[in-house]
Amino acid sequence: MNIRNTILSYMEKDSHLNAKTLAVMLNLPEEEIEKEIAAMEADGTILSYKTVVNWEKTDRRMVRALIELKTIPQRDKGFDTVAERISTYPQVKSVFLMSGGFDLALFVEGETMRDVALFVAEKLATMEGVTATATHFVLQTYKDNDVVYEQDTTDKRGNSW
Amino acid sequence: MFDPTTRLNHTITEIKPSGIRKFFDLLDEMKDVVALTVGQPDFVTPWHIRDAGIRSLEEGRTYYTSNNGLLEFRKEIANYQSRRFSLEYDPAKEIIVTVGGSEAIDLALRATVNPGDEVIVPEPCFVCYAPLVSMAGGIPVALPLKWENNFKLTPEELRSALTEKTKAIVLAFPNNPTGACLTKEELEGLAEVIRESDALVISDEIYGELTYDYTHTSIASIEGMRERTVVVGGFSKAYAMTGWRLGYTLAPDYFTKQMAKIHQYGIMCAPTTSQYTAIEALKNGDEDIEMMKAEYHARRNLIVSRLRALGIDCFMPEGAFYVFPYIGKFGLSSEEFCEKLLYEKHVAIVPGTAFGESGEGFARLSYAYSVRHIEQAMDRLAEFVKTL
Ligand SMILES: Cc1ncc(COP(=O)(O)O)c(C=O)c1O
Repeated sequence: MNIRNTILSYMEKDSHLNAKTLAVMLNLPEEEIEKEIAAMEADGTILSYKTVVNWEKTDRRMVRALIELKTIPQRDKGFDTVAERISTYPQVKSVFLMSGGFDLALFVEGETMRDVALFVAEKLATMEGVTATATHFVLQTYKDNDVVYEQDTTDKRGNSW
Repeated sequence: MFDPTTRLNHTITEIKPSGIRKFFDLLDEMKDVVALTVGQPDFVTPWHIRDAGIRSLEEGRTYYTSNNGLLEFRKEIANYQSRRFSLEYDPAKEIIVTVGGSEAIDLALRATVNPGDEVIVPEPCFVCYAPLVSMAGGIPVALPLKWENNFKLTPEELRSALTEKTKAIVLAFPNNPTGACLTKEELEGLAEVIRESDALVISDEIYGELTYDYTHTSIASIEGMRERTVVVGGFSKAYAMTGWRLGYTLAPDYFTKQMAKIHQYGIMCAPTTSQYTAIEALKNGDEDIEMMKAEYHARRNLIVSRLRALGIDCFMPEGAFYVFPYIGKFGLSSEEFCEKLLYEKHVAIVPGTAFGESGEGFARLSYAYSVRHIEQAMDRLAEFVKTL
């Protein structure tokens, strides 16, 4: 990964990381990190210190798609099983149960349109309980509600040696 | 009168419960503790790897495999070892898939040790070797390593520990808890001493992927070593697969045959789902390793720098995900230091003595934690050392 992407991937996770800490972590001069951050602030790659990263400003390719799914609800579980299963895929960024003409709406990300299309064809369309899919690619992002899921962040790792 | 408690095996009853366990139990009872104690990755097994396990279940692969593991899997292990570490092992005859590196270590020791045999165990080290040697009827001989050598084993130290009774030497680099590694040249120096002896080598290379300053070399790749070495490999650390319980031995045919008996009668085979999962890890997991390694590398730099800034002496560990700083200068024993830190600042680190007496004066800090978590622990540690 190039240096800008490395810095971004850390700041995306934790916007508190300052140039000094990053310099130590990456074993680079603090001034170099500062200069890169300043340049990325100027060209709009770093949009906000929440920290939201606009990957389109980097050399990383990314496409986003809204996918409508029709599914067969299960007895007792309704749409939960399929929705939860789909939620585990890293390509899937959001999963909603919808009213109206389809059941589930997902946001899926991939490097190329082909990636997303293949993912839909191979993983979603073939999934048990899924009866139909419709894929709509995002052409321009205007507002992005970056949904943070309720997560149990307690450390469940056993203490081992 | 019948006293059932006296009827148990004395070798086992005489083994002391590990000191670190007591510390962990204490920790489990406390709230709001910032711990740097765990010896396992904070990453989840990469998704495509987990997915392979799920797929194997969907396909109904719920049977035992052959005793030594799926041949397809052993072939991938052989490919991987050849690709990454230039080791050549015959998947049909020289590899056993085990329940973790842990079982692999046990197999190696049980297949080598006769009653009264000595096994040299350089310390500080992972806790299992000495008890397993004792359980196999052998005598573990602790070889204390030195801080001034950055806890590397030197040829002189090894030579002085060898006796007529030495059956085997445990080598565990990259090391838990010190993070010490050995370069190819350093291993060659050790091999020279070993070649003059009749000792076998049990080389625990479970952290072999996690080196930050140079690529890991296996002792088995050094002249004259392969024929007398068992290499212990695993998935727990590099692939973040601790819970899958999977490891393996690489050893010459004559040696593998004997270990296979213990494994086949005691274990049958390693978990089938885990084996299918790990095939995917070996085939398509190189990038995951690189990603996790880059992350550990950055954290290592951070934690060492923070410790040094507090005036705590800490050598730069070359591998694994631990730092092993010197805390002796504060006038407390390792255990006192760690207990006081836990009670007063709610930060948990492991006393060096948990890994052998030569760990006195040191503590193990794991950096298998997020940067934020590490920084929080370091902030609290800073407050703590001011009070000493
Ligand atoms: C040095 C060393 N060897 C072996 C093991 C055992 O690993 P596993 O049985 O999970 O493969 C560990 C685990 O902490 C370790 O630190």
